[in-house]
Amino acid sequence: MDAVTEAPKPRFAPGAAVRVKDDWPERRGPCHIRTPHYVRGRTGRVVRPLGAFRNPEDLAFARPAPLLTLYHVEFEQPPIWNEGRPGDTILIEIFEHWLEPQPVSKEA
Amino acid sequence: MSEDHTPATHDLGGSARFRCTPVEHDEAPPDAFGKRVDALRQVLAQKKLMTVDELRRGIESIPADEYFQLGYYERWLRSIALLMQEKGHVAPEELR
Repeated sequence: MDAVTEAPKPRFAPGAAVRVKDDWPERRGPCHIRTPHYVRGRTGRVVRPLGAFRNPEDLAFARPAPLLTLYHVEFEQPPIWNEGRPGDTILIEIFEHWLEPQPVSKEA
Repeated sequence: MSEDHTPATHDLGGSARFRCTPVEHDEAPPDAFGKRVDALRQVLAQKKLMTVDELRRGIESIPADEYFQLGYYERWLRSIALLMQEKGHVAPEELR
């Protein structure tokens, strides 16, 4: 993938609390998605935007693909894996259209 | 598609069946077969006939029982064959 300089403006800033959409496109038919199943519906924190890339979900079917911001999102590991020590984290690259704002007061 | 929470075949993270498997650190170089498959992929990409995103989508569409029986580059070749047929560049009977 090539990072593109004329990137769309990132919706989320570093530190923003975000929730990964609880969406399961693989149950609706053929698809290609880069969002691991184990973070769907989970709340994490944006570490930083990584730039804009063409949506691989479209590229995988040779469709016209819009530029989307990709983020590093960090999650607490123990609630996701049911193992690990407090403070252990998981860092995942997630595209913007998979993320929605999460009120900070609400616990994951 | 199933109604349960079974992830897609390739979406292996967190799967208990792989939890106790030691991480493989031996980066074995591709064998002659693997090199040929990779060469094929590169030529087709240069000729704008496929992308790595499409390659991955094709790999991910392999049914679970076959997916785990096939080797790494066998999955690539399966996907390449699927894509070339899908795009009409080769006929199924040409690949027999």
